[in-house]
Amino acid sequence: MRRKLVVVGNGMAGMRVVEEVLRLAPELYDITIFGAEPYGNYNRILLSPLLAGDVRVDDITLHDEDWYRAHGITLYKGKAVTAIDRARHEVRAADGTAARYDRLLLATGSLPVMLPVPGAQLPGVIGFRDIADVNRMLAASRQHEYAVVIGGGLLGLEAAHGLIRRGMKVTVVHLMPTLMEQQLDAGAGRLLRRSLELRGLQFVMPAETVEILGSDRVTDVRLKDGRDIPADLVVMAAGIRPNVALAQAAGLHCRRGIVVDGTMQTYDPSIYAVGECAESHGRTYGLLAPLYEQAKVCANHLVGWGCARYPGSLASAKLKVNGVELFSAGDVIGGPGAETIVLQDRVSGVYKKLILRDNRIAGAVLYGETGDGPWYVRLMRERTDISSFRHGVMFGEAPADEEERRRVA
Amino acid sequence: MQRVVATTCPYCGVGCGIRARRRWDGAVEIAGDPDHPANRGRLCSKGTALAETLGLAGRLLHPLWRGRPVGWDRALAIAAAGIRRTLREHGPDSVAFYVSGQLLTEDYYVVNKLCKGFLGTANIDTNSRLCMASSVAGHRRAFGADTVPASYGDLDEAELIVLVGANAAWCHPILFQRIERARAAHPGRRLVVIDPRRTPTADAADLHLPLRSGSDATLFAGLLVHLADAGRIDHGFVERHTTGAAAALAAARAAAPTLEVAAEQCGVEAAALRRFYDWFAESERAMTLYSQGINQSTSGTDKVNAIINCHLLTGRIGKAGAGPLSLTGQPNAMGGREVGGLANQLAAHLEIDNPAHRDLARRFWRAPAMAERAGLKAVEMFDAVADGRIRAIWIMSTNPVVSMPEADRVRAALERCPLVIVSDCMRDTDTARTADLLLPALAWGEKDGTVTNSERRISRQRPFLEPPGEARADWRIVAEVARRLGFADSFAYGSAAEIFREHALLSQFENDGRRDFDIGALAELDADGYDALAPVQWPAPRGRPEGTERLFGDGRFFTPDGRARFVAVTPRPPLHPVTAAFPVILNTGRLRDHWHTMTRSGRSPSLAAHEPEPFVAVNPADTDIADGALVRLASPHGAAVLRLRLSPEQPRGTVFAPMHWGATHASDARIGAVVNAAVDPLSGQPELKHTPVRLERRRTRWQAFLATRRRLGAASLDGVAWAVAVTPYGWRYELYGDERPESWEEWARRVFPEARRATHWLSYEDSGAAAFRYARLVDDQLDACLFVAPDRPAIAREWLVGLFAEASVRALNLRLLAGQPAPGSPDNGKLVCVCRGVGERAIEQAIRRERLDCVEAVGAATGAGVTCGSCRPELALLLRRVQEPVGSD
Repeated sequence: MRRKLVVVGNGMAGMRVVEEVLRLAPELYDITIFGAEPYGNYNRILLSPLLAGDVRVDDITLHDEDWYRAHGITLYKGKAVTAIDRARHEVRAADGTAARYDRLLLATGSLPVMLPVPGAQLPGVIGFRDIADVNRMLAASRQHEYAVVIGGGLLGLEAAHGLIRRGMKVTVVHLMPTLMEQQLDAGAGRLLRRSLELRGLQFVMPAETVEILGSDRVTDVRLKDGRDIPADLVVMAAGIRPNVALAQAAGLHCRRGIVVDGTMQTYDPSIYAVGECAESHGRTYGLLAPLYEQAKVCANHLVGWGCARYPGSLASAKLKVNGVELFSAGDVIGGPGAETIVLQDRVSGVYKKLILRDNRIAGAVLYGETGDGPWYVRLMRERTDISSFRHGVMFGEAPADEEERRRVA
Repeated sequence: MQRVVATTCPYCGVGCGIRARRRWDGAVEIAGDPDHPANRGRLCSKGTALAETLGLAGRLLHPLWRGRPVGWDRALAIAAAGIRRTLREHGPDSVAFYVSGQLLTEDYYVVNKLCKGFLGTANIDTNSRLCMASSVAGHRRAFGADTVPASYGDLDEAELIVLVGANAAWCHPILFQRIERARAAHPGRRLVVIDPRRTPTADAADLHLPLRSGSDATLFAGLLVHLADAGRIDHGFVERHTTGAAAALAAARAAAPTLEVAAEQCGVEAAALRRFYDWFAESERAMTLYSQGINQSTSGTDKVNAIINCHLLTGRIGKAGAGPLSLTGQPNAMGGREVGGLANQLAAHLEIDNPAHRDLARRFWRAPAMAERAGLKAVEMFDAVADGRIRAIWIMSTNPVVSMPEADRVRAALERCPLVIVSDCMRDTDTARTADLLLPALAWGEKDGTVTNSERRISRQRPFLEPPGEARADWRIVAEVARRLGFADSFAYGSAAEIFREHALLSQFENDGRRDFDIGALAELDADGYDALAPVQWPAPRGRPEGTERLFGDGRFFTPDGRARFVAVTPRPPLHPVTAAFPVILNTGRLRDHWHTMTRSGRSPSLAAHEPEPFVAVNPADTDIADGALVRLASPHGAAVLRLRLSPEQPRGTVFAPMHWGATHASDARIGAVVNAAVDPLSGQPELKHTPVRLERRRTRWQAFLATRRRLGAASLDGVAWAVAVTPYGWRYELYGDERPESWEEWARRVFPEARRATHWLSYEDSGAAAFRYARLVDDQLDACLFVAPDRPAIAREWLVGLFAEASVRALNLRLLAGQPAPGSPDNGKLVCVCRGVGERAIEQAIRRERLDCVEAVGAATGAGVTCGSCRPELALLLRRVQEPVGSD
């Protein structure tokens, strides 16, 4: 008799585990998947292009219902799981749908951080997390003029860019002096800001939001310095937090995320967690590449091979704004002991920075030309000593053997 | 003005004929003159590039008195008054002239006449002192006159050609190519090169004897002994036409009793030396060509006579394909000797120490104040300037602050001298910087007159350009000053032709065949005849206008008894031996594509591309400093900072540095400052080829390469050491410094010449590697770039320089800052063939790809070396290097 695998979360991380499991041991499990959204698995990374109108929902769908059927998977879409009964190895959704498991995979993702400011509950104040959010934004853009995006990080900028494409007048309010300060240094941040300003975005930064004004719908965003920015729509993009409520309620050990070991196993040996909800080596990850690495390890253990470990990932990010090439990986700030190589062309808007420690690349920020990004990430991951080709590394030049590996890769 | 003008090249003493054609747009095309016997239409890289040196940029176009423009009247009055006052207050010998082998014979004649006949001093000397003086002295000792017996035509006949101390492949390329053609056409003819360095010339030789620096006299003493012992004495000739053979042979035997002793003294293999001696012994038609390696020595005159002795002993002189031939370095070194431009000559090969000669000149010139004794030779002259005996000096057409030995002392002397007059065609030279009065002279292409080459051939330099600004012919400037000194009647020349006629008349005045220099046949030339004068070899006495190809065929010499004199030579080592403190011998010389102090060749982008930076060549076994590092070369006299070039061609214990760089092309590379000023006691020629020095690493905080469309202002490089070379689209610099600016970006923005339009900046900074790169684009064109690194930036300089030619570099953009082309795209590398613009990289690739095995094949494949041939020795070297890669030794 087949064992039962239940997956909570029909998103990219969880589904990648399912795919891996099916590939490694197609007959091992009966699989049941709960998804809170009323869709099949779609590419959340492409929500921004969806908002911008560059793609349609069909284009971003990864697994349609036929796929689940074809693989004999039971899919409960639109059903959010509300409880885990660890003793009985059972999960239960709000509508009472229940499923027993031998192994449970939590892939609940993350939630947008909604600032706890007065007025945050007003209609017209939303996050940017799923297709429903996109639909709300699209609706607002048809009826309203002014949008404020709170947060100048990756997600906020993509939302702002999408809204401006939809014809709104968009102001980004950012707490920090540098856009995408997690990924960019000041130099690249300036270039990005200039480039987005040319597309019509306005920036107010550094600036702190203290209140959202309005009676039956949002009308303005009030800043700490007293300024009011007109807003018919407010998108909160001030960060995400791992969605750990379900796990916490089940008594699983959580810190920022659901704590897992190097095999993606939680403190309950029957329960695994992957994706944005999982905390591994003290870190949580919001980007795609780490999730896929986690999925691979997790599947390896779920099928009983037990021979892979997840060592943590190197974070790299790419901004999905048409015409803005931006890539970032690793430590982008540097600091004591770090050396930097900076290449820039302020007129054409190209900015590249490599952060080095001990002749090894520790971080990279590429703006304008990002083609070498994956190569730098590999050099980082493999801790390659670049001293022999340091003078050419910024120009994509490497000695012959390294060149050969790059081509093969 | 005619469209095509036949004239003579202004560079070396080969004296090649040139046809200059003015195009409709005013541009000048330069070609070899097929009718000129010196070159038959061929030109070397320098000659070919002459058109690039004709622009008016940097020219001195107006008289300047202490930096301010003045009219000619005022300038001439200042000069005359200064000379008059100095004469009155301090006597005739307080005035001096330092002139040059670049002056035309007519200019030379007039200034020499003024000095020796009218100011009453023989203090006129010439930069030929640094070049030819030992040959002159040697000729006079042996032949009784400064006579070059042979002709270039003899090179076509000779079975054996010996080149001593002459890198003819680079310094006299057209003659060298002539030798090579004769060898190619006549297998079995031999070329022996005697030179401490393995030069490109030595590379081509059948036998190279890398003798110990300064041991030439011993080598030729050994040859003299060998010739005697091998039964090669021409007894008839020696007995009838010479004196002193026995004493010379005895002295030679004492110096080199056996071949083994000679070989040991000279540091060459006995077998190789024997081969040379045997070859010489068996070759009736043997020629010995020599140049600065012989002359620039404290025993240069003895070396010249040691060579001549061998030709006298075997009677191999005055015959086709035989004889000694001194290769002169300058276009008119010979002409200067003819007019008496050396302090120890009078005029027209008259001797200043000979009262009858002085009397003759006095009467001819109707001279009021004849000099009664020899004047000061160059080194002594500047000593006298330094100690205040000379208080007014007029320097013409030469740059002693760069070219003289102990050049820092020369500069200091001139800076202190109460009156320094400099006439030159260039505004800024090291010497011009010391001038009180700067007088604008005509340049090549504007001047009108004659020059004499190494084979006594007088050729016309004809003008094909209008005189620019207020520039005037040197003779006219001198004559105007003479007029203001009260000698109007004696200097009332209206043209160069008039001067030439007077010079020719003096040469035949009371001559009757007693003096070798007689051009009486040319004394009657009218203006048209002078204009049309075809190249002719002196002597050309009245009745023999066709001139003389060869002298001494009749066994008659110009000594009182008509016999040639053997000179008993006891070899002497160079004056200054190496010491613990200065353990290495510095040898100096020319490069292939540069000339003297670069006032002309430094303006040609094609020529500058060959060696854009001053360097010192060192044998790899002699140092543990890495190739390409900066080194400081120091002697007790001064120091220079140069790029180290490890070169297996350089003999151990010696280094070689080119003579060309002065303060106009590098801040710290003036090799003259390092060189010692010891002179030959007879010729007064300094020992420029042998100075004990010390080599040490010059550590720097940073080094940089900078290229720009416009030359940087001198002030902007304050505190930075630099070397500059012209490029087809601007200038390239190598820089270094001891202090790093706080912001390289700000430094670059300050140093780069101001851009006239909106700019586009690209930058690269590596904090850990202390590397900084910067490029400025204007209208998508590369306008300036800077590459800084702790050591010499490893970048493809030729590629970067070539990018300045591109209409747009936007496609490249940031890639530009990589400093080298993307892998797989072409990079020409260092320019080898200047005529066809073929780079080292392209030649190497062709050699590998097509498995080329000879210079001809390389030429057919790449076009290199087929035009002027100057680069053929380098092609041979490249072939060798590619075929047998050099090891790490």
